[in-house]
Formats: sequence, C-alpha cells, structure tokens
Amino acid sequence: MRENLHRFFRAARGVGVHVSPAESIDAMRAVAKVGISDRAVLRDALLLTLAKSQDEKLALGDCFDLFFSQPEPRQDQPEAANDDAAQGEDQPPSSGSAREAGEAQPPEGLGPLAQMLLSQDRNAIAAAIASASGAASLSDIRYSTQRGIFSSRILDAMGLQRLRDDLDELTATNPALAERLRAALDALREAVRDTVSQGLALYAREEAENLRNEILRNAPLARIERRQVAEMHALIRQIARRLRERYSKPRKRQRRGHLDVRRTLRRNAAWGGVPFLTAWKRKHRERPKIVAICDVSGSVAQVSDFFLLLIHSLHEVVDDVRSFAFSSHLIEVSEILEKNSPEEAMAEIMSKVGFGSSDYGSSLVDFEKDFMSTLTPRTTVIMLGDARSNNLDPRADILRRISERSKRLVWLNPEGRLAWGFGDSEMPRYATFCTVVRQCATAQQLERAVSDIVATYQ
Amino acid sequence: MADQKASTSIEAVESGLAAQGYIASRQIATAVYLSQQIEKPILVEGPAGVGKTELAKAIAAWRGMKMIRLQCYEGLDEAKALYEWKYAKQLLYTQILKDKLGEVLGGAQTLHAALDQLHDFGDVFFSKEFVEPRPLLQALEQPGGCVLLIDEIDKSDAEFESLLLEILSDFQVTIPELGTVSAITPPTVILTSNSERDLGDALKRRCLHLHIGFPEQRLEERIVESRVPGISQTLRRQMVGFIHEIRSLDLKKLPSVSETIDWARVLVLLQATELDTDIVKDTLNVLLKYEADIEAASPQVTTFIAKAARSNVFG
Repeated sequence: MRENLHRFFRAARGVGVHVSPAESIDAMRAVAKVGISDRAVLRDALLLTLAKSQDEKLALGDCFDLFFSQPEPRQDQPEAANDDAAQGEDQPPSSGSAREAGEAQPPEGLGPLAQMLLSQDRNAIAAAIASASGAASLSDIRYSTQRGIFSSRILDAMGLQRLRDDLDELTATNPALAERLRAALDALREAVRDTVSQGLALYAREEAENLRNEILRNAPLARIERRQVAEMHALIRQIARRLRERYSKPRKRQRRGHLDVRRTLRRNAAWGGVPFLTAWKRKHRERPKIVAICDVSGSVAQVSDFFLLLIHSLHEVVDDVRSFAFSSHLIEVSEILEKNSPEEAMAEIMSKVGFGSSDYGSSLVDFEKDFMSTLTPRTTVIMLGDARSNNLDPRADILRRISERSKRLVWLNPEGRLAWGFGDSEMPRYATFCTVVRQCATAQQLERAVSDIVATYQ
Repeated sequence: MADQKASTSIEAVESGLAAQGYIASRQIATAVYLSQQIEKPILVEGPAGVGKTELAKAIAAWRGMKMIRLQCYEGLDEAKALYEWKYAKQLLYTQILKDKLGEVLGGAQTLHAALDQLHDFGDVFFSKEFVEPRPLLQALEQPGGCVLLIDEIDKSDAEFESLLLEILSDFQVTIPELGTVSAITPPTVILTSNSERDLGDALKRRCLHLHIGFPEQRLEERIVESRVPGISQTLRRQMVGFIHEIRSLDLKKLPSVSETIDWARVLVLLQATELDTDIVKDTLNVLLKYEADIEAASPQVTTFIAKAARSNVFG
C-alpha cells in the first residue's frame, strides 16, 4: 500500500497539487489511522491532508478516482500475486517448467503468461500488468509519443517472448487453443494500452503543462490562435496571482528612525507619560494608481485584451485602475471590465470602439477633454499601442501634458524595436515624453512590464 | 481491525456532534476524527454561515471542554493574542517594594556589591505573576485541554500568521524572558477562514484543510430538523427545496445554513403550514441580505415554490 500511496503522491503533483514531504508524512499517518478498507473515508482523509484549497480538492478528487480505478485487485492478496508474477518474469523457463512438472495441466508446456491468459484469471492478469508497469517504470512516462514504447516494455516484462514461442508451438499442435490464446493476447494488448494511457493521464500532465505554458508564454499575443485563448486567459490569471503574491504583502513596519513624540505620549498616558512603549514615525508608502489607455484596433486588440485582463485582476496590489480603450475615439471601459467576464467584456468593448482605423491624435484629444482630471502626481499612465496613426496628426503635445501631470508614463508597444519609426509609426515622437518605452508582445514581456510598474511603488 | 475501529470512531464523532445539535457530514466527521488522532489543527474554509464557528462550539460541548475563542482582525498582534506584561502591576510593585529593597540592599557597601545582591533575586519582575495570558497562552495552560477557536484568520495580518506557526505545529510558545511554554494537554485547534485573502503555504501545510460548502438537501433537512424541532416535515422539505432553488441564482450573497435556520424559525413563528407566494415574499428579507438580490429573486418565487413542491412529491 505504501508503494501505491507514493505513486499517488506523484500523480497528485502531476495534477498540480503541491505535496511536500511533510504533507506526504501526514497523509501516511492519516491513512494508517483510518485504514484502507473504506474507499470514501480514504478519499476524504487524503483530500483533507493533501489538498489545501477548493481547487486542489477538486483536482485531487478527480486524480484519486482515476488512480484507484486502475485494474488492481483487492488489497489483501496483491503481495502474493505480485511476487508470483515477478518470479515468473525473472525466470520464465524454470518457473514454467516447475509448473509443468508440478501440475501437469491440460495446456502443457506453456509459459506462465499463456497459462494465466487461458485460465482467464482476471485478478492475476491485472496484478501482473500492475507489477510489470512498475518494472517498466510507467510513472516516468512524459509524452504521448512514448505510449508505444511503454506498452511494449510492459508486455516484454510480462513475458511476451515466451508467449510467442508458445503460440508458435500451439499453432502446430493445437490450433483451437492457439486461436483462444491469440484472442486473449489481443485483449491483453488492449488492457496494457489502457493502462499506459491512464499512466500518461496521471503522471505526464505536469510535464506537458509546463511545456505548453512555456511555449505559450513566449508566443506573440497578437497572433494567438482561437483555441489557445482560453489557455492564455488561464495563464494570465496565473501571472496575476504571482504578481499579487509578490507585491501584496504588507510592507515592513518601521521600527527605527525618528521617534513619533505625539503617538508615544498618547500611548503611555496610562503610566503618567513615562515612555514604556515607543512609537516611531513611519514612512508612508503608496499603492499604485494606474490609468491604462489601450489601442484596441486590429492587430493590437488581442494584446490589449490580455493586458486589461491582467491589470484588472491585480486588486490587492493596485489601489485604483481606470482603463480607457480607443481606436478612432476613446471611451472609459473600467466598469465594463469589472462587471463582466473577460470574454464578454472584450466583446462589448470591441462593439463600442473596436474595428475602426486607429487615430491616436483624436483619441488623445478625447482623453484630454474628459479625463485629464483622473491624473494625479501618484498615477502611472500606461499607453498600449503600436503608435501607428495612419498618418494623422499624432498630437504628441497632449502626450507631453499627460506625462507632466503624472508620476510616470510607460508605453508598451507590441511591435519590435526595429519597426518603430517606419511607415506610419509615430513611436519616436511619442517616445520623447515617455519615462519608459518597452516592447510587449508575449505574456512573459507583459508580466515583466507590469511587474516593473508595480515595483516602482514598493 | 484498525479499519473497523476507524469507521466506528468516525461514526462516534458524527453521533457525538449530532447530540449537540450539529449535524456533520461524513467529511467533517472524518476531519474531526483525524485531527484528534494525528494532533493537527483543522483549517475550515467556506462561505459565511455554513457552521464553521458552530463546529468548534459543538466539539467543545461534546467533549465537555472549555472553548477559548480568538477573534482575528486587522492589527491583531501578540500582545493581544499571546501574552502581555502587566506593566502597571510591575510599576506598582516597585513603588511598594522600594523600602524593602533598601533593607535588602542595606548591607552592601559598594554599588557593585548591591548589584550582585540584586542579581541573586533573579528576574522577580519578569516572572509568571506578571504575565497576562491572552487566548493563545490560556489555551496552552488548560490542564484538561480545550478547544481553541481562531476565528476568521483571513482577517488578520500576514505577520500574525507566522506567530501562529509555532503553536500550530508544536503546541508551544516562546516568551523571551521566561522560556518556552508547552501545552499541558494539546488543545484541539480550529481555524476558520472566509477566503478573504490567500493564507500562507506554511500555515496551510500545518493544518488539515476542510472545506464546508452548502449542504445537500437531505443533510440540510436534518440540520433544520435538529435546530428547529417545531417545524412540520412537509414545510421543512418545501423550504429547503426552495432554498436550493434560490442558490442556483446568481446572487451577491447566497443564503447559507444559518439563514435557512432563521427562516425556519420565522415560518414557525408565523404558523405557516406550507409555502405560498405571499408568505415567501413577505419573509424574503430573512434569506437575502441585499436589496438587489431580493429584486432578482422575487419574480422567480412562484416557479421555485412549484418546483420545490414537485420535488417534494417525488423525493
């Protein structure tokens, strides 16, 4: 059972539940207390000790069901069955001959696997598959392309070679029996294939997910395929969670520096003003205030989408976010984003301002007219766009005023540095007034950009 | 054999809690049993009003132990949670003992000798008598053990979480002037959280994690039965069915078990025998706590009552 639990812990890590050594020890102790006869109680006990959030509980529950639906026999006899099978694998000829001599069953001279298949002993077959997959270290499977090799390894470990010889022999001597054996072998192959698929689902998920995420993080956001959008949303949520964890921690309290006389006196009034407890002046640190102005025209729309999603999921870190979207004219979209799910919000924004050819000049005019008062000396303004204004007046003077009124002005451009200034790109003219200009085309760059913006307030 | 014992003990927990009027699901009972067996705190998460705090009370009542409750809030620190020196008492004692000190030190000729004599008395003023124990220290000092309820841990600061770690894993606290105080009998610790913020991994690792959600219909009926004995079976079925329908709506605050119980009491007081549209609309404010929620739910009332009645027939 302990072996099984260890494999279960590995599978649990595969579905994204963090199982530390300490937790696995707790789980072992819990299982020792509740026993393994009642599956529901065992499930509850493992869920209690291993999973630490509701999401993890769901994932682990599914993993438990998948794991223990493996064709494994009752718990009281697997040791014996395994040993038997293991011996059979180690020296098929001798064990086969021993059996032949001892029992002299009708199908004479057959290997242990052939006998097992012909006797239709399901428990023994299942046990043999389980122990053979242990011998073939099925838990190391990582990619779906490895399915074939693991299947053949498991079959080899079960003594396929010997079975083939038996088959050849039988075809000559006893064709009917050979036919039965061949059918049984096909069924066995199928069972092994199922076991391997299940192993893949259990153990390989983590690796595959890591790989996929890595690719996704570095894929250009603007050219992401439709089917990947949902995955991308999940990834963005993950990034948001990481940023929240990093920056939402309460900042360290000041324990030294200037004495705060007023607070010290007030605090010690009870002791006649004798200062038992001291109070120190604290530096006031501010939380970020962000105004995001996003181009939602054409190719930039997708990037803006993910950016807005990220910024709006940083509630704990960022005090105040106001978002504006524009292509030919500009509107405020904060409320739309707060109220709706990401997909709906984006659809609504696109129907209101999307699908126009971008006009940075008139959008900036819109902003100055209605929303200039949102900027304070604490605000970071983030412009997101490719600065391609279709050769219309860029109105860089308004950007200068925005820059003067705010703490920082950051421009995120999905295009590479090489393209800036070519064609109708007005990036160099705008760049003069920006505190920072950086490329922002992939999820990774997006994370770094936002992380830097938030970090300046820490 | 051990298995036999385990499942019977889990049932014992279930019936023990039931005797105190707390109807526990299988998961809850398993958690309580395990926390006793492997001496680990339980971290209970779930929406407001599903009986997280009530669980601690029921355990305490069942085992006949004292319950010590620490309500967490922002700015809670060790002086309020763990222990504090009685400054005023220390000050007063030094004043009263001034003369006595003079006598004691009278024999000393030099300042050095006086100091040496003072050292012989040890840290009189930093001894147990001058420590004001706060809930956490109190819990460790109970000779017969107790149930320590740390309520709404998510409301406290992250620093406070770290303060708890020593208590949760080893059942001891370290007071710099006194040394380490270990629990006489390890208390049963229950932490509750409304998931207002994510708790640290270190804290979670030390606890069994129990999530209490809204109960199933049958279980909720049993809860109502145990809490509001005066209610008739038909009405109970109907109202619980109705509440389950309400929970399928998209509301700001879904009604939880405590609201179900309140509503049941109200219905009994109003001497209702079965649900009808008028009485539900009149008492909807017991269930729903936001004006917007009431507005969203009231058009559906008639359909929900019909549905609840229908499921009643088949169930």
